[in-house]
Amino acid sequence: MKFLRGGAWLPPTVFGAAALGLWELLLWLTDPEGFVLPRPSEIAVALGENLSEVWMASRVTGFIILSGLAGGVALGVVAALVVTRFRTANEMLTPLAVAINAIPIIALAPLFNNWLGITSPRSNQAVVVLLVFFPVFINTARGLTEVGDEQVELMQSYAASDWRIMRTVRIPNALPFFFTALRLVASLAVIAAIVVEYFGGRQDTLGNIITQNAQFTRYDVAWAAVVAGSVVGIALYFAALILERLVTGRYARVTAAG
Amino acid sequence: MSTPESQGAPGAVTENLVLEIAGLEKTFNPDRPNAVAAIGDLDLAVRPREFISIIGPSGCGKSTLLRLVGGLTEPTAGELSVNGRSAQEARLARDYGMVFQAAGLLDWRSAIRNVELPLELMGWSKSRRRSRAVEMLKLVDLDGFDSHYPGELSGGMQQRVAIARALSFEPALLLMDEPFGALDEMTREHMQTELLKIWRETATTVIFITHSIPEAVFLSTRVAVMSPRPARIAAEIPIELPERTPHVRDTEEFFRSVSLVRRTLRSVEAT
Repeated sequence: MKFLRGGAWLPPTVFGAAALGLWELLLWLTDPEGFVLPRPSEIAVALGENLSEVWMASRVTGFIILSGLAGGVALGVVAALVVTRFRTANEMLTPLAVAINAIPIIALAPLFNNWLGITSPRSNQAVVVLLVFFPVFINTARGLTEVGDEQVELMQSYAASDWRIMRTVRIPNALPFFFTALRLVASLAVIAAIVVEYFGGRQDTLGNIITQNAQFTRYDVAWAAVVAGSVVGIALYFAALILERLVTGRYARVTAAG
Repeated sequence: MSTPESQGAPGAVTENLVLEIAGLEKTFNPDRPNAVAAIGDLDLAVRPREFISIIGPSGCGKSTLLRLVGGLTEPTAGELSVNGRSAQEARLARDYGMVFQAAGLLDWRSAIRNVELPLELMGWSKSRRRSRAVEMLKLVDLDGFDSHYPGELSGGMQQRVAIARALSFEPALLLMDEPFGALDEMTREHMQTELLKIWRETATTVIFITHSIPEAVFLSTRVAVMSPRPARIAAEIPIELPERTPHVRDTEEFFRSVSLVRRTLRSVEAT
């Protein structure tokens, strides 16, 4: 990926700085009421003033995100391996997965709070796990099954077992699909975790900071928590990207370069 | 090269045959309304070091025949033995090197690691399979491309890697299903010359599926013509050429063989 190399940081950084500058300038010129949109400088000040609170909340919410992400990814991968390997499992599991995906899972957050305890992280984790599961499952299963017939027949002509074909052909073939899903769900998990926190629960979470401060028209503080959430999301996205580079190695660089 | 009659003759010495097929039948979806009789009562015998091309009308079951020989699908009836073993046993004993129209390389493995793949499955040590793979890539004129990924190679080069891979473990039988079908004419002729060179150097027996008559004539010691479905071997034509170099394509012997195969193919299709 080009933007992981040194010089490639420059254009997005310049663009981002310019956008923030324009935002600041437009608000300075039009000077709307504070609750419409705070200036970036105001958000920065609010972030500085509430740094310890936002930091602690980021850790609490970050834990939910990471653990939910890990659980959902693990479930998705295991389910994909199982449905690829066993035809009957495919017939049973895939419709179930599709049905789960059709449920507006975030809307069930109050029910999860009810089932698993409103202050327990379990209900938040459950929502993140369920949301993360489906994209990982579908993409990985696709990568495991979309293998050339001739590649499978070739392996069979070498007397390779099904498990060996899985390890040597299917799993490597699924890696790019899996990592695409991972990048997608890295951001999805952040959204899910924060939105679930809007429904109540512990006080020391990013979602709660946003709702509480918005209620008392302290939008600059709410925005500071949004910034923290974005930082977590971006960090996870890049972590997924770096992991992909580490796992797929030179092959990925070669093919990315064309 | 002997005539077709002598091969099917009673009392032929079985040990001398790499492949022996008698009364082979393959019906897809048997006993169902959509049953398709792909192959019906097919006989074929192949001796060691032969290069036999199988040619026939499209959709006549050439690939099915190759997959039956390779033990990738089971016949409905008939006998098929490879060095005295069943196709399944031969497959499990790794008697086959297969090359398909699609090179079927693993994109995430470098050229050399693709060639090493069958050796890896056979449990060869790392150093042994590496040195063999280097040797094989040299054989197909790809030395220096060891660490290239399939995506960095041309179609012809990918197909050469596939051939190197198929030959790496010295299989008893090389099964090729239109391996040059996707290549342009120039590359194709070049690959044919290369394949002949490899065939001579490795003492392999080759069964080669194609629908190009000149290709079959140029490569083969014998051309087997398949009938339309349910397919059988309708005719076997021994090919005698003064030499197997690109120039032979301009000789009278070559044209005579090509037109003989063409006439045979036409008469088979007409029936």
